Amino acid sequence: MPTGRTRPNRGWVLLLRALFVVALPALLVAVWWLASDGSTNVYWPPLRTILKTFPDVWTGDRLRADLLPSLLRLLAGYAVAGVAGIALGTLIGSYRTVRAVCEPVLEFLRAVPPPVLVPVIMLFAGIGDTMKIAVIASGCVWPVLLNTVEGVRAVDSVMSETARSYGITGPARMRAVVLPAASPQIFAGLRQALSIGIILMVISEMFAASNGLGFTIVQFQRGFAIPDMWTGILVLGLLGFLLSVVLRLVERRVLGWYHGLRDSSRRSP
Amino acid sequence: MKRRQPHAGGAARVPNAVLGAAGLAAFLALGEVVPRLGIVKERYFPPTSRIAGALVDEIGERAFWTDLGDTLTGWALGLAIAVGAGIVAGVTVSVVPYLREATASTIEFLRPIPSVALIPLAVLLYGTELRSVLLLVVYASFWQVLVQVMYGVRDVDPVAEETARSYGLGTWARVRHVLWPTALPYVMTGVRLAAAVALILTVTAELVIGAPGLGARIAVAQASQAVPEMYALIVVTGLLGLLINVGARSVERHALAWHQSVRGEVAV
Repeated sequence: MPTGRTRPNRGWVLLLRALFVVALPALLVAVWWLASDGSTNVYWPPLRTILKTFPDVWTGDRLRADLLPSLLRLLAGYAVAGVAGIALGTLIGSYRTVRAVCEPVLEFLRAVPPPVLVPVIMLFAGIGDTMKIAVIASGCVWPVLLNTVEGVRAVDSVMSETARSYGITGPARMRAVVLPAASPQIFAGLRQALSIGIILMVISEMFAASNGLGFTIVQFQRGFAIPDMWTGILVLGLLGFLLSVVLRLVERRVLGWYHGLRDSSRRSP
Repeated sequence: MKRRQPHAGGAARVPNAVLGAAGLAAFLALGEVVPRLGIVKERYFPPTSRIAGALVDEIGERAFWTDLGDTLTGWALGLAIAVGAGIVAGVTVSVVPYLREATASTIEFLRPIPSVALIPLAVLLYGTELRSVLLLVVYASFWQVLVQVMYGVRDVDPVAEETARSYGLGTWARVRHVLWPTALPYVMTGVRLAAAVALILTVTAELVIGAPGLGARIAVAQASQAVPEMYALIVVTGLLGLLINVGARSVERHALAWHQSVRGEVAV
């Protein structure tokens, strides 16, 4: 005698889920393909042409000469901003007086659109890799710093005082209480910073460069190599997507406890 | 009875506003002293006073106000389009069964794509026209709003939703009375984020593409080695960003006056 509800077929569920993930993208690509096929508009070449051009343009050599330098500069700038932002943010967020003194200046610096700093940094750092890394770092640091300040400031007072009464102070308190409590905010800052970092990577290369993704795409545009330009746009899109996925994986690993906590509290009656 | 706040010793607590003003003054003083002492070359970083002088000169120029107007036009138009589209798309995707699941992968792919990737295309299609600016601004800002709206709709309290359903509220009534109020805090967050992003992309389009506005003015100042003027314009851009941020928070607070996070906890 069978007991309980019949369990839905697992394979079917997985298939359905995969279908949801793939269906719309496939549909959009198909529409793009069909709509652009036979296109004689110079600026909107057929998708067929773009995809055919792709492997010719993005050879191993070009990936090494242009994509890799861009990525390395992005990661360098992002890392500098991350470390500086978290360190300074933790310091500023921990002391009310320091936070109050710094707040107006930080709010102003955060409000400056990062791209307008490119001309300034070019004055100081010329047009080499240092300039680009400095541009990326100077734009990325603010969301990280300010989110860290906010996260540190908002540490639950019960948690904080409990730690204090148990004698957990100084570095131990920072490592065990403050940083974990602030980490959801810190990751929110890191996520914003990544978006800004990519923008600045591209822009700094559009201003002055001899290699890189931004430089390459602009060269295609100026040379009216339109299908090549489109492949560059696709590469940038893929890069943005992949970096976003990587950050999400890191966040999920570091904040596994946080998401688990939220999920369980959401489910509980 | 207001609870007396304990504090160490008898020292009065200095108000945050005073501390903030002191910090700002120190920052400006530092900006004056550092280049004068030669710690940083004056050619690269003029003293605060020279930047202030250049700022006054800029404000006296008609062209400055024209450029400011161009920047604000691009920003406001792009933001309005992005917010409208984002809200409609976000609510639609969240309310229509299965549409969220069907579109999730597409949204996750398109969202992180940097809109500056579209700069070459914008240049070819529209040159230095307003539409170049709008293409970049709308694309970047739209996702901010869309994602927040989707978060907001997903945050609807299941108890409230089921209560409304069991009381016989129809779809539109539930959208209006349960879904929208719950989503509104997220929508306002999306608008605030979108406003900041919109300014960044507006100025970027001006800097890189040469569309008329403050960004283009900064690029010209740099190219002609007008360094104090360049800094002055950057300060203006920063103040504009600050104004937009404060304005967005103000609108947010006003729209959410009823929300408990704004009202604060009820005093016992």
